[in-house]
Amino acid sequence: MASSAKMLMMEIQRTIKYDADRVKGFGQEVMKVPGCEQLEGCIQCGTCSGVCPLSIYMDYTPRQVMALTRADFKNEVLKSHTIWLCASCYACTVECPREIRITDIMYELKQRAIQEGFYPKRFPIPVLAREFSEMVKKNGRITEMLLVMKLFLKTNPLAALGNWRMGIDLMKTGRFSLATEKIKQRGDIARMLDATDAKKGA
Amino acid sequence: MKYSYFPGCSLKGLGRAYEESLLPVMKHLGVELEELEDWNCCGATAYMAVDEAKACVLAARNLALAEKRGDMPIMAPCAACYLVLNKTKHYFHDYPAMKETMDRALGAVGLRYSGDTPVRHPLDVLINDVGLEAIKQKVRKPLKGLKVATYYGCQLVRPYATFDDQYNPTTMDRLLEALGATIVRYPLKTKCCGGSLTGTVPEAGIRMVYILLNEAKKRGADCLATVCPLCQFNLDAYHAQVTSQYGSVLVPTVYFTQLMGLAFGLAEGGLGLNRAAIPFKWRPAAAESPKPVAA
Repeated sequence: MASSAKMLMMEIQRTIKYDADRVKGFGQEVMKVPGCEQLEGCIQCGTCSGVCPLSIYMDYTPRQVMALTRADFKNEVLKSHTIWLCASCYACTVECPREIRITDIMYELKQRAIQEGFYPKRFPIPVLAREFSEMVKKNGRITEMLLVMKLFLKTNPLAALGNWRMGIDLMKTGRFSLATEKIKQRGDIARMLDATDAKKGA
Repeated sequence: MKYSYFPGCSLKGLGRAYEESLLPVMKHLGVELEELEDWNCCGATAYMAVDEAKACVLAARNLALAEKRGDMPIMAPCAACYLVLNKTKHYFHDYPAMKETMDRALGAVGLRYSGDTPVRHPLDVLINDVGLEAIKQKVRKPLKGLKVATYYGCQLVRPYATFDDQYNPTTMDRLLEALGATIVRYPLKTKCCGGSLTGTVPEAGIRMVYILLNEAKKRGADCLATVCPLCQFNLDAYHAQVTSQYGSVLVPTVYFTQLMGLAFGLAEGGLGLNRAAIPFKWRPAAAESPKPVAA
């Protein structure tokens, strides 16, 4: 009885995609971005999924992400774990027989997912990307220990406790440093990033 | 031989042992490094995920600063910095819209980038500019009996294979062999270490580290030699998690420059050998030549 009650509470999802699920024009938009042009020529051979060291953890394999992107399934790819599990090792990019730069497409999809808020608030990977970019914008450089601390505090403070052994090791080996690294011309970084945005708005 | 030295954030942080060993080794070989004045973070993989144009603009500032100072090539020891600087250079040449963005952003702070400055990795400089013969002549304490698994990781050879083979890179093998070490067969030499996933998705990241360490152990390696600060950190600093999940597979991971320093007989205290969590205790036998060598 208990298990059938549980069954009724389960969220039932359709596993076949309908044409109505597409966001028309999404694939074309992605293919206009530098590095993403070759997606059109994907032959769905699955080489990318085969060489990817992380595909075993993904909800959609890289091959499926390529097909879904090209076919305008925006919501599916931007919500997928796949884009965040990509560690940028470029194995797929160098093996692809159609010279599709899959890693760069993953970067483009990550950017769109961040811009449109397509990920859980405390999901560590986009939080890391965001904290990283904010630190660079502010200081011009990354202070690694500070970045790690911020990541844990914003995602899972308990996990920091689980890493106590590492903290001790880093202190013992003189690598635990929270002194902020900064460049002199910090204003230049802000001006350059503003000038980049100005171009986009034009 | 003179280069603009671009250390990157890691070599001033968690990867400081890389800088600590690189500088005396290069000095010993007569390679002059001048640290790029006021360099900024290359953006690494994290910034590319936030905004590709801005990531390129950030990296381009460093390329422009190097050009401004003269015609020295840049030396970037960190594999991620090396890739990002090279990628930015490619984007500058391949995509007019990207070039325009970089020109505009650099122009806003009075900088200019022409797209010429070469971006080199220390391995490339050692093999192609210094040469193995010159390096061999500096060896005072050959690394005889040391079995090394050479681990190149991803970003040194992918997506751009600039000075070495993409599938089976051998520059580090040849370099360490010239120092007297024995290179063990290590088919995972360009397999990904997991990058930042060790911290963000440990279920996946820690397993990737385990696979690399376990293979090195199975092959009988005394150590792994690396060219990347993030690879070194992952293979070294997560030893407690790896051991608790998979048992004892630990093998120390050193920078190739630390092995060079040992072979040259440089002062051990100046090579950052005390920075690792999994200590590397192997030492070469006493110097063949009686004269002591200063760092």
